[in-house]
Amino acid sequence: MTVPQTAVEFDLSRPPRSLLQDALYRLRRNRAAILSMLILLTFALIALFASSLAPHNPLKLNDGLGYLPPIWEKHALNGKSPDPRFLLGTDQLGRDLLSRVLYGARVSMLVGLTPVLIILVIGTTIGMVSGYIGGQVDNIMMRITDVFYAFPDLLFYIILMVTLRDTAIGNLLNGLFLLFVALAVVSWVGVARLVRGVVLSLKEKEFIEAARCVGASNLRIMLRHLLPNCVSPLVVWVAFAIPRMIIAEATLGYLGIGLRPATDPRSFFITSWGALMLDGNSALNVQPWILIAPSACVALIVMAFTFLGDGLRDALDPRMKGTF
Amino acid sequence: MIRFIIRRLLWMIPVLLTVTVVTFLLMHAAPGGPWDRDLERRQVDPATQSMLNKQYGLDKPMWRQFTAYTFGDIDDQGRFVCGAICGNLGPSYRQRGRTVQDILFGIPEGKPFWESRFGYSVRLGLLALSIAVLIGIPAGVLAALKQNTWIDYLCAFVANIGVSVPGFVIGLYLIIIFAVWLRLVNVVPRSWSDPRVWVLPSLVLGFNTMAFTARLTRSAMLEVIRQDYVRTARAKGLAEIKIIVGHMLKNALIPVVTILGPALAGLVTGSFIIERMFSFPGIGREYVQAISNRDYSMILGSTLVYAVLIALANLSVDIVYGFLDPRIRVE
Repeated sequence: MTVPQTAVEFDLSRPPRSLLQDALYRLRRNRAAILSMLILLTFALIALFASSLAPHNPLKLNDGLGYLPPIWEKHALNGKSPDPRFLLGTDQLGRDLLSRVLYGARVSMLVGLTPVLIILVIGTTIGMVSGYIGGQVDNIMMRITDVFYAFPDLLFYIILMVTLRDTAIGNLLNGLFLLFVALAVVSWVGVARLVRGVVLSLKEKEFIEAARCVGASNLRIMLRHLLPNCVSPLVVWVAFAIPRMIIAEATLGYLGIGLRPATDPRSFFITSWGALMLDGNSALNVQPWILIAPSACVALIVMAFTFLGDGLRDALDPRMKGTF
Repeated sequence: MIRFIIRRLLWMIPVLLTVTVVTFLLMHAAPGGPWDRDLERRQVDPATQSMLNKQYGLDKPMWRQFTAYTFGDIDDQGRFVCGAICGNLGPSYRQRGRTVQDILFGIPEGKPFWESRFGYSVRLGLLALSIAVLIGIPAGVLAALKQNTWIDYLCAFVANIGVSVPGFVIGLYLIIIFAVWLRLVNVVPRSWSDPRVWVLPSLVLGFNTMAFTARLTRSAMLEVIRQDYVRTARAKGLAEIKIIVGHMLKNALIPVVTILGPALAGLVTGSFIIERMFSFPGIGREYVQAISNRDYSMILGSTLVYAVLIALANLSVDIVYGFLDPRIRVE
């Protein structure tokens, strides 16, 4: 007798879901995105605990043990036999490759995150102000961003790294500080345009007008009403920007103008994957293995961020699903 | 249309000027002069140094050096020497006796123009672009027509890798597989006259663009595939191939064309890593060499050349897009 009653209650008792919960629900059902998150979490843990995970000191030179092959390679091209103590083999100076690759995760993680944070602050502020104030201010700011936008970014990184490398700024954090600046200076334009677009599309809407009617200040409107609406496109932007930064670091490292591999054991940043690839490239015929591990790491981390970005975009804006 | 093109051409001026100013300032902010950086070689004595400075015009004030470099200057004999706007990029600091434009564009004696370094790079870029377009677009079309079959999934898999993994990482793997393990090709070919050795570098250079083109073509095709006019075309009994080429592809290609500009620019700037990897005799390898030698005038000159190439690539696509979609012209 009470059965139909409970069925109705059951139906109605489903709690309402917010937009964010909806997005999380969609994200959780995306297997590629979940796998990517696990991979990224692993890399983050490796980066944090590299010093306890690494089997050897990444700076210790082992005399006579240079260019050892990895343990599964029985007949190495250079005629050396593997040593079970060095899982991935060694580089030219006999330093353990596995340890160096593990330490390299630190640089890539930090290079991915730090410039993006700087860019978010600069880009959002400029885009928000420019879009909200409009008029002449907007016009001038957009002309400036146009010039930056057309600036070939990789060329700019290279020139900045080459010229300022030997200065005091270039030496900060083994050259990483300069790298962060280089990456941030070019890329804030994209964020500024994105935020400006959102602000322009919303600032004439009724809810902004209502806020203004009840006497909300401009700052309050920007922070409380406009900024939250920028969050989801910004989250997607971040997920796609991080791999671009990592690729740029690897590219510059491969050209020999990225992070300087450290020789000081107290240094937090020992080497980067790009710098390891440069090592591997010069020993391509004797030890192709040096190349494989760092480039596989770059490929994996970049792919994980891209798939996560895809998943986030589909989850936050389902209308975009299926487009590239 | 003419007004549109002229406006776009004029817009190149502030962009290129900014590139020149920024590069020039950074070059001057670099510590040390151009002559005291040969660490392994004997240092140049002060007398020779000041003579060199005078010869290269480095004793003049900075703004004068800049205008002399960009626009031109009057030399000791009172003649006007034109600067970068005439294509005169000045002497190289490292390869003494040669000018930058001679290194980049100089044609070897008795050879056609495509034997110059620039010619080599152009050929590689065009080859990469044709690989990207000729494989990417058909793959995207096929994936859309056979949606949710193994063909679609295979294309999606390769395209996902190609879009996310940087080109030079793919290149390194291809080198290891084909050159080091299988020994099918040499990493550094003895001669670039054999067409087979061009396959690997151009494939590596074009891989990202190919993947991106395939993905974009697929999604654009999926949008038009269910349009009414496609059904109408089928209903009047048109051959399937005519429908695909004339009705679907014609409309689906518009978004693909728009990305070819950034893609072309990407091929231009991406080329120096690939060129370095394969020791390819183009302007990219020269640029990387200049970076490691700290040959500042060479870096400045090549950067300008690259910036012009990128600006032209963007311009050409804007023009093509203007033809394809009249709405763009009005804006």
